[in-house]
Amino acid sequence: MDALNLTTKPKSSDIGIDNVVLRYGKGDNAVLALDGISFHVVPNEFCVIVGPSGCGKSSLLYLVAGLEERTGGMIVVGGKPVTEPGPDRGMVFQAYTLFPWLTVAQNVEYGPKRKGIAPAERRAIVEHFLHEVGLAKFANHYPSQLSGGMKQRVAIARALANDPDVLLMDEPFGALDSQTRHSMQKLLLRIWDHSKKTVLFVTHDIDEAILLADRVLVMSGRPGQIKKEIRVGLPRPRSMDLVMEPNFIAMKREILELLKNDEDDEH
Amino acid sequence: MTLAPNTSSLVSNGVTARVEEGQAGRSVLKVIATPFRAVPRSLSITLGFMVWIAVIGGWFALTYSGAVKEMFLPRPESVLSTTISMALDGSLWEHVFASVQVVLIGFVLSSIVAVPLGLTMGTYRIVQAVLEPLVNFIRYLPVTSFVPLFILWIGIGIEQRVAVIVFGVFFQQLVMIADSARSVQRDLVNAAYTLGTKRGDTVFHIVFPATLPSVLDVLRVTMGWAWTYLVVAELVAARSGLGYISLKAMRGFQVDVIFMAIAMIGILGLCTDQLFRGIRRLVAPWAN
Repeated sequence: MDALNLTTKPKSSDIGIDNVVLRYGKGDNAVLALDGISFHVVPNEFCVIVGPSGCGKSSLLYLVAGLEERTGGMIVVGGKPVTEPGPDRGMVFQAYTLFPWLTVAQNVEYGPKRKGIAPAERRAIVEHFLHEVGLAKFANHYPSQLSGGMKQRVAIARALANDPDVLLMDEPFGALDSQTRHSMQKLLLRIWDHSKKTVLFVTHDIDEAILLADRVLVMSGRPGQIKKEIRVGLPRPRSMDLVMEPNFIAMKREILELLKNDEDDEH
Repeated sequence: MTLAPNTSSLVSNGVTARVEEGQAGRSVLKVIATPFRAVPRSLSITLGFMVWIAVIGGWFALTYSGAVKEMFLPRPESVLSTTISMALDGSLWEHVFASVQVVLIGFVLSSIVAVPLGLTMGTYRIVQAVLEPLVNFIRYLPVTSFVPLFILWIGIGIEQRVAVIVFGVFFQQLVMIADSARSVQRDLVNAAYTLGTKRGDTVFHIVFPATLPSVLDVLRVTMGWAWTYLVVAELVAARSGLGYISLKAMRGFQVDVIFMAIAMIGILGLCTDQLFRGIRRLVAPWAN
């Protein structure tokens, strides 16, 4: 029952990113990956960053997670400056990162266990989130026995079971076939609707960005900068049919233009 | 309009042709000549068995034809009878026990240090920076060249043989285990951090379980090397053990005893190999 309390009153924080700079290397070989990124994500918002590959959008997410060190600027999550990784910022990675030596249930249980939550409560949490992602039947399977889509569903359940303040998602469906990707998007929207976590989601798929987001941030190529902010404003709950709506197509065209200009700039 | 049935019949012909080709492709010759293709289990067992028959048959042929003097190559049945008589009078078990004891002590002493140290070395660059230059130097020194030094330092007791095994196995284990720790997927560690794993717990909570199957493989392989170094140590200085009786047998021209000792080491090696495979299946069922 405690698990249900956690999900009915989920934690959700804002993310403040102020003039963040990321530079790799030193001297003449230095590469400016991110150049003065600033934006603010409000609690419960679903914010998607879309940009060409290599624009530093994933790096930005790693900076928010505290997994990489920024060269300059400030990142604040829920009022706390980010200095290192922590369980308040859950993350779903593009690569499959389930612990192969743990079963599906043990993977989901991992975060709560680290937190020192009692076994009975942990079981309730695991049950709840495996049910959320529709994998209750696979609780005792090992990750190697799951398909790519199932692995990412477990990864989402594992991140949420830890009740983070914000959920960071780095192209989580990038490696999946388009059909699986669509069902994952639907599933994510449904889960987000239940949990209302603040989500910062990175993708290069424009359809995915518009379909999921409250707000899309379009990034330019190296050095990465926020080029434009688009409020999606499509009604929720959303269905896949939206991709054929005129205002969806208009937004898609706008983002495509922005990314195309960027390509032209490089040439 | 007449094109449509033609096309469809062409397509169906194509399909039939492919199906037939598929069945023809199952011919044994084609299967065994296909890289990485699995062969029938019955075939692989039969072939493995036949190689043994051929080797033992060749042995019989060489000894019974008189092509090789019995002083150099004993007849198979005399090796067998020697084995049985030494097993019955208990002397075989005494030597087997002496050898197994030395191998186990040396191997366990080496492993209980090499596993945690190797994992730490592969995880923390600073530990690697400190240890690697020295370890890579020592690793290429021939163990045999240290035997006289060990005899001088620690005498000819069991400690000397244990030392030879530890010296031969430890540095190899260390490097191989550090390698497998280093190859742990970085995002696996990142995921662990975002789930609340402390930096100091990474080796125990992530690196150790992630590398467990490859650590067990390293132990299995180095166990084989431990047997090699055991014989080296026993040939030089020992009063019991399978290497020792080989040396004694050489002096007495008892080739059958040498053969028996070699076969015994082979069988013991096979047993430990299977033991490690069993342990791996048991403690890392997810990696099979």
